[in-house]
Amino acid sequence: MLRRRDLALATAGTAIAAPALAQSGPVEIQFWHGLAQPLGGLLEAIAGQFNESQNRARIVSSFRGGYPETMVAAIAAFRANAAPHIVQMFEVGTGTMMAAGRAIKPLHELLRETGVSINFDDYLPAVRGYYSLADGRMMSMPFNSSTAIMFYNKDAFRRAGLNPEQAPRNWAEMRQAAQRLRAAGVEIPFTTAWPTWTQIEQQSAIHNVEIASLENGFGGLNTELRLNNPLMQRHFTTLLEMGREGGFRWGGRDAAGDALFANGQAGMVHASSGARARFVRELPGGVANLGAAMLPFYDDVSGAPINSIIGGASFWAMNRGPAGGRSEAENRAIAEFFAFIARPEVAAKWHTDTGFLPVTRTAFEAVRATGFYTQNPGADIPIQQLLRGSGTMTGASRGIRLGGFVEIRTIMQEEMERALQGQQGAEQALANSVQRGNVVLRNFERTNRG
Amino acid sequence: MAASDRPSASEGVNGPRSVAEETRRRNARGLWLTHGWLILGVLVFAFPIWLTLVGSTHDASTIGRGDVPLLPGPHAAENYSQAWGVGGGRYMGVPAGTMLVNSLVMALLIAAGKIAISLTSAYAVVFFRFPGRMLAFWLIFITLMLPVEVRIIPTFQVMVSLDMINTMQGLVVPLIASATATLLFRQFFLTIPDEYVEAAKIDGAGPLRFFRDVVLPLSVTNIAALFVILFIYGWNQYLWPLLIVNERSLETIIVGLTKMIGGGDTQNEWNVIMATAVLALLPPVLVVVLMQRWFVKGLTETEK
Amino acid sequence: MRKVHFKGVALPWLLLLPQLVITGVFFFWPAGQAVWQSFLREDAFGLSSQFVGFENFADVLADPSWLDAAGRTLVFSVAVAFLALASALFLAVQADKQIRGANAYKTLLIWPYAVAPALAAVLWLFMFHPNIGIFGRMLNAMGIAWDYKLDGTQAMILVILASAWKQVSYNFIFFLAGLQSIPKSVLEAAAIDGARPLRRFWTVTFPLLSPTAFFLLVVNLVYAFFDTFGVIHSLTQGGPGKSTETLIYRVYTDGVMNLNLGSSAAQSVILMILVIGLTIIQFRYVERKVHY
Repeated sequence: MLRRRDLALATAGTAIAAPALAQSGPVEIQFWHGLAQPLGGLLEAIAGQFNESQNRARIVSSFRGGYPETMVAAIAAFRANAAPHIVQMFEVGTGTMMAAGRAIKPLHELLRETGVSINFDDYLPAVRGYYSLADGRMMSMPFNSSTAIMFYNKDAFRRAGLNPEQAPRNWAEMRQAAQRLRAAGVEIPFTTAWPTWTQIEQQSAIHNVEIASLENGFGGLNTELRLNNPLMQRHFTTLLEMGREGGFRWGGRDAAGDALFANGQAGMVHASSGARARFVRELPGGVANLGAAMLPFYDDVSGAPINSIIGGASFWAMNRGPAGGRSEAENRAIAEFFAFIARPEVAAKWHTDTGFLPVTRTAFEAVRATGFYTQNPGADIPIQQLLRGSGTMTGASRGIRLGGFVEIRTIMQEEMERALQGQQGAEQALANSVQRGNVVLRNFERTNRG
Repeated sequence: MAASDRPSASEGVNGPRSVAEETRRRNARGLWLTHGWLILGVLVFAFPIWLTLVGSTHDASTIGRGDVPLLPGPHAAENYSQAWGVGGGRYMGVPAGTMLVNSLVMALLIAAGKIAISLTSAYAVVFFRFPGRMLAFWLIFITLMLPVEVRIIPTFQVMVSLDMINTMQGLVVPLIASATATLLFRQFFLTIPDEYVEAAKIDGAGPLRFFRDVVLPLSVTNIAALFVILFIYGWNQYLWPLLIVNERSLETIIVGLTKMIGGGDTQNEWNVIMATAVLALLPPVLVVVLMQRWFVKGLTETEK
Repeated sequence: MRKVHFKGVALPWLLLLPQLVITGVFFFWPAGQAVWQSFLREDAFGLSSQFVGFENFADVLADPSWLDAAGRTLVFSVAVAFLALASALFLAVQADKQIRGANAYKTLLIWPYAVAPALAAVLWLFMFHPNIGIFGRMLNAMGIAWDYKLDGTQAMILVILASAWKQVSYNFIFFLAGLQSIPKSVLEAAAIDGARPLRRFWTVTFPLLSPTAFFLLVVNLVYAFFDTFGVIHSLTQGGPGKSTETLIYRVYTDGVMNLNLGSSAAQSVILMILVIGLTIIQFRYVERKVHY
């Protein structure tokens, strides 16, 4: 015990000018996350390594159900002056958190006050952009980031006489492939997980079309949905037609569609790149049967495709509650934990273990140097796709920042579901989404104006 | 739709012979029909349980493939031990053992708490005359009107203000407020003859001794009946624990079970989930079946 | 009413205290909160709030999707109540006959009372899941595209069936008790008059059961409004589309998931008014019973 403390003090002294001398024992940092197994265990292992690596702070990880449950729990706890120090928030909650004022401690502020530095220039632009203000100041700490890509079942492709090494690149080819798969007896030629993220948000981004005004909401709270545009009308029509001819099947909300691909029923799926670990483990035929490709696009849209956007989650530092903030020691501990997860070796290991993105260039290069991508063909597809296009992000491809986005996503899913049930056409579904979604945006604007 | 051909001794007695014969045949046919309908009813209720029970004895891939087995398989021991000690599903499992203990504690505390506060308040309202008696009665009675679900969000916020989120007290105490049990005891106490009270007064027994020596012993049957109903009520709580608990060590079995299912993913560990479902079902069903007489009496008398 | 009483003021209040404190803190305070909050617009974190009068109510009542949910709740509740009452009455009439094994039948029909609504939903999921459920697969094999996660009508049917299934045994217990309290002589008299069994049931038995049936109707409606939250939450989460979203589910999604506290509170208040109405009807009935 004594030796460990001495050691810790020594490290503290060399690493930073030991500010923690006065305090007894490590600072406890409550960390709430929303990752189920096996990802949650891997994440908690990282927190464990951080605890081992120093003796000033101890991260206490706890799993709070899925992302939405974690968000709700953290907000309720904040109102009760018992918010966790760090909460993992999915990208959809970003708009809500950014408008949360005193509830959060913006990352740039935290780092400035504690003097801890993290080199954000090394982060992939798509990742950095999603969690920063318009002027580039970081608001939250990026961690598990993914993007949507296409996975396909190589066996199914072979059975249908398709080339298992060449996935469809555009929607015309998608539709043909789906018809061939269908004819070859594949029950579900194409399905999707996270339907609004993959089919609305990502498709809009890669075609450089805004889903909401003011650069997808980055420009202010008075943004309005712009879903009812020719591209989305065309894409919804494609999906509905594919649905009618048996080429596309709705896999359910959120990540439910993953299951249909994992058990071999579906030939192609649009899913989070983070689903790779699961598919490798569960897909009949394993990794040899798993194909990965970039998202298809409409090749007659000029300029398309450009980079896709990210999903996943980031870590937010929260204040304790309406009545109070954090001590200097607590803030320092939070900042140091963030600096720990920014280390290239941590980011690289998380990437190779899970299929989430290597969020920094250094991590990406380090993984490439190990030969990981030659041994695991397709594992670098998400990064390539994020860098597709001119290399500079546009207002449509930086990300999405809408208040009440959780609710808006639900609305879009509901309208898609109704369209796929045959209750309404493509244009009606989009018009309804816009109309109902704008109500949410206006409510959010009114409650968060001051 | 419901034909009540009650077989009755008097039927056909006065009629001519052929009519009697006819009636007898009809009654025999009716009897078979009655058994048939009842067996069908029993099956409709038992089949899902049988399916679950069978599912809990197979391995995950058998169920995940969709080969729904109808006869037990060889994996019961491992499934139940995993469910009991480790948990399952895609979410990090909470062991069913822990969840069962939580549910049991919650149900017992709710039942005991409701009975205790209802006994004393009904006793006060019935056996005393004091200023504000009717006011107190109405304050309690009015709570009949609003099930906890209707005021769930504001109640949650009250719990936040009281710092009772993620505590066993938080799970239990708000659910103890209810008028049904008070009303039952009030009705029952009204049937205790005035002579008993007079006799007690002559003996010089105070209200508390009268409560302990006379009222409580007389109420034993009612308490037992109510206990069953309230135990089930507590065990089956869903929305309240869902909101008030996000600490895994406090998870109750009903909420925990549905969390294991998540989005109804085909790749779930269905075998462990089914074993957990059986474990969740067992305690309340046992209580109902074993205490059936008391419970039926209690139910029909409480709520009528 | 009782004529002999104990004296004292402090003691009875002391005995009432626990009940009153709990009622006050967990009933009157939140109910008041709900009313107060329904007039506010507040951000999710509770950092700012603004008095908006009846705006939340106006928004709710003008929202077509809320009105849809109200209509849906009505259809759902009537369907659940009808199914649960009709099958329970039918089974109770059968079980009331003098047949061998009547007690065994009764036990086997009563036990589902112990099943939690959410658990009932899980059992039905095991049967009707399109991939792992025996009936779900059967339907698909027969060429009916069964997937309650995609088809709103199918989702509604499944939720209704699971909810009604759970409630049958409760109704059964009451109907059986009601039937057993009907004097046999009344029925025999009717039989001697030559009334056929079916006619006898509708003209003699059913009118005598109607107080029970009415009481159960109210209980079943309240059950369908509120207690089925667990069924819906674990089976469909209100989807697909909004096809299984009932009013109480809506309160939950708006208040908990969408963090729209003002609107959720306004909806709670509307529901409270509705339930108070229902309870007054039931109360008049209870009073009548008490004074008989």
